[in-house]
Amino acid sequence: MADEKVLENVTPVYDDEALAAEYLEKRQQKIEEDFKKPFDPDCILEVRHLRKCFPLKKTITGKVTKELVAVDDVSFKLKAGETLGIVGESGCGKTTTGRAVLKLHQPTAGQIIFNGQDITNFDSKQMRSSRKEMQIIFQDPYSSLPPRSTVGGILSEPVEVHNIVPKDQVKDYVLDLMDKCGLRDYYYERYPHEFSGGQRQRICIARALSVNPKLVICDEPVSALDVSIQAQIINLLKKLQREMNLAYVFISHDLSVVKFISDKIGVMYLGSMMEFGSKEDIFKNPLHPYTKALFSAVPNPDPTQKTERIKLEGDIPSPANPPKGCRFHTRCPYAKEVCKHITPEYREYEPGHFAACHLLNEE
Amino acid sequence: MEELKNQQAAPEAADSEAPLDKNVRLMSPTRMVVRRFFRSKLSILGLVMVISLFLFSFLGPVIYTQWGEIQLDESGKTEYSIAETTYTVNGVEYTLRQTTEKYLKDNFLAPPSAEHILGTDNEGYDIFVRLMYGGRISLTVSFIAVFLITILGVVLGGVAGYFGGAVDNVIMRLSDVLMCLPGVPILLIISTILDASDIDAKYRIYLLMVYLTFISWTGTARLVRGQILSLREQEYMVAAEAMGYSTFRKIFKHLVPNVMPQLIVQMSLSLGSMILYEATLSYLNLGVKAPYAAWGTMINIISTNQDILQNHLNVWVPAGICIVIAVLGFNFVGDGLRDALDPKARR
Repeated sequence: MADEKVLENVTPVYDDEALAAEYLEKRQQKIEEDFKKPFDPDCILEVRHLRKCFPLKKTITGKVTKELVAVDDVSFKLKAGETLGIVGESGCGKTTTGRAVLKLHQPTAGQIIFNGQDITNFDSKQMRSSRKEMQIIFQDPYSSLPPRSTVGGILSEPVEVHNIVPKDQVKDYVLDLMDKCGLRDYYYERYPHEFSGGQRQRICIARALSVNPKLVICDEPVSALDVSIQAQIINLLKKLQREMNLAYVFISHDLSVVKFISDKIGVMYLGSMMEFGSKEDIFKNPLHPYTKALFSAVPNPDPTQKTERIKLEGDIPSPANPPKGCRFHTRCPYAKEVCKHITPEYREYEPGHFAACHLLNEE
Repeated sequence: MEELKNQQAAPEAADSEAPLDKNVRLMSPTRMVVRRFFRSKLSILGLVMVISLFLFSFLGPVIYTQWGEIQLDESGKTEYSIAETTYTVNGVEYTLRQTTEKYLKDNFLAPPSAEHILGTDNEGYDIFVRLMYGGRISLTVSFIAVFLITILGVVLGGVAGYFGGAVDNVIMRLSDVLMCLPGVPILLIISTILDASDIDAKYRIYLLMVYLTFISWTGTARLVRGQILSLREQEYMVAAEAMGYSTFRKIFKHLVPNVMPQLIVQMSLSLGSMILYEATLSYLNLGVKAPYAAWGTMINIISTNQDILQNHLNVWVPAGICIVIAVLGFNFVGDGLRDALDPKARR
C-alpha cells in the first residue's frame, strides 16, 4: 500500500516537505489507477474520489485565489435496490455529495459512474436523458414545490417532458402514482400551499418517482417533519423501494433513521468519508474514532443501561480552512504526530468495510 | 425504532395528517388575489376609471357619430370685431368706433351646446369627439409601449438573471448605458428626422413609442433580473434542474410565472407613466400632429392662444381631466394589485 511505504520511512520529524510531496504524488498515482479500473457491473452507482470545491475569492480575471473544499475524496459503491445512508454533522458535505452525484454541482475531480456510464463529464444535454434515471427529494418540502402550479401540474410535467407514457394516459398515470404515494385523487387540482409538511413531502416523493428513476437521492427528507410523520414517510420510502427496486442515497444526521432504512452507511466529517461499510459493520464494529464518538452520542432510551460517551473537544473546523493531515486530528482523542501531517488513506480493512485512519494501520 | 416498525404494519391506514375534507377547497392563488383586490375601494375606483375611459374612447365614437375626428363644423360663424380710434381735433376728443362683421365658414370656439357637447376648438373641430379619438391614441400607444417594454424586459432580464456571469454583465451594462441617455433631447432629434421624412402624421407617434420602449425596458429588466436571481436559488428550481427540464422551460415556465405579481404591478404603473409621456410628447408637438387628436395635442392649443387659456376652458380642460383620470386610474389599479399580490398582507 502506498502510504505504508511512506510511513516506514517516516522519521520522528513529520513535517518533511519532500516526504509530504512524495506522499501526495503516490496518492495521486493511486487515484489515477483507480480511475482506470473497470466499472463494477453490479453497482448502479459508483463514486470514486469525488471532490468538489467552491470558489470563495476570485481575482478580476476570474482566477480562483481561495476555495472551499466541500467534498474531498469521497468514494463509495451502491447496488440497485440498496440504501446508502450518509451521516455526519451539519456542514460536513453530505448535501454537496448528493448534489454532485446528480451533477447539480459539477464535481471538481473524481468519477461518477451511474448505470455503467461515466457521467462525470456529461454536458447538460447528455445529462438530460440520464436525469430521469436519478432523482432527488429535498429536505424542505415548502420551498421545493413550485408555488404556482397544482399538484397535478407538478406531477404531470416531468411525465410529459420525458414522454414516460402517451399523452392521453398522463392523468391516469399521475393519479395512480399519487395513490401509490398515499395522496388522494382530489388533491390533483390543489396547490402546494394547501398541504401540510408530510403531505408536501409525499408530493415531492411522487414527483421524484414520476419518471421511474433507478436512484433517488434523499437529502434529509424527514428532518423538517415531526416524528410521527417521519415514520410514515420512511415507511412509504421503504415500501416504494420494494415495489420499484429503487436505490437510495439517504442523507441524514439522524442516526436512528439511518439505522432503520440503510443497508450501507457512510460517515462523513468535514468533507471526507471517514468510514464506510454495511450497517452491521458500522454499528457493531465501528473502526474510526469519529464514528465511535458519533454513535456514543445517540441517546439510549433504556435508562438502566449506561452508555459511555466519548466527548469530542472543540468545534468542527471551518471547511474554508481545514486542518492539515487527517481532518479529524484537532478533535480526535487518539491523535498522534503523524495525523497532523499526513492525510490517512481510505482503505478497506474488512471486506466491504472502509475507513480512513492512521491508527488502524498500526495494528 | 420499535415505533417505526409498528407503524409499518399500517402505514397508509393511519393518515394522521388530517387531510382537508374533499369538499373544502382552498382558493387558488389567483382567486385569492382577485378577492383581495376587490376588497380595496380605491382599486375598484381605479378599475372603474380605467374601464370607463376605455368604453368612452373605443365605444364612444361608434355610438356618437354626429361628428368625426377631423370633421370641421362648417355651419359658419359671424365674428364681430370692434376697432376704436381716438383722435383730437381742435382740443375736442373724438372716438371712432368701427364694427366689422365677418362671416366665417367654420364654427370655431363655439360654447358647449346640444350640437357640440363640449363646444368646438379654434379650428372648428368637436372637442367631445376629439376627446374620444385622443383617448384611442393615448391608450393604444401606451398599451403597445408597455407590452413591448414588458416583453423586452422579461426576455433580457430573465436571461441576465438566469445565466448570470458574462451574459448578465453585458445586458446590465447595456441597460446602464441606456439609463444614462437623456431621453427628451434624443426624442427631439428623432422627431426632427421624422418631420423631414414623409411619414404619415398618424403613425409617427408609434415610432416614437418604439423609441421609448427601447430606452425604458431597463427598469423592467432590472426588476425581473432581481426576482429571478433570488428565485433561481429556490429548491424547486434545483428540482427542475434535476428533472432535466430545458433551460427555456425553466426560465419561462418556472421562473417567469413567479415574477408575474411584481411584473403586473410594474406594468399597470408604467401604463400611467406612458400616458403621461405620450401627452408630453404631443404637447411638445413631437407626437400626434394636427389634424389628428391626442389629449396632449388638444392641450397644446393654449400654447399659441392666450385667449383660449383664459376664456375658453372647455377647449383644453377636458383633455387634462382625461389624462388625470387615466393616470390616477392606472396608479390606483397598480397599487391595489401590489397590495393584493403581497403575500404578507393576508387579511
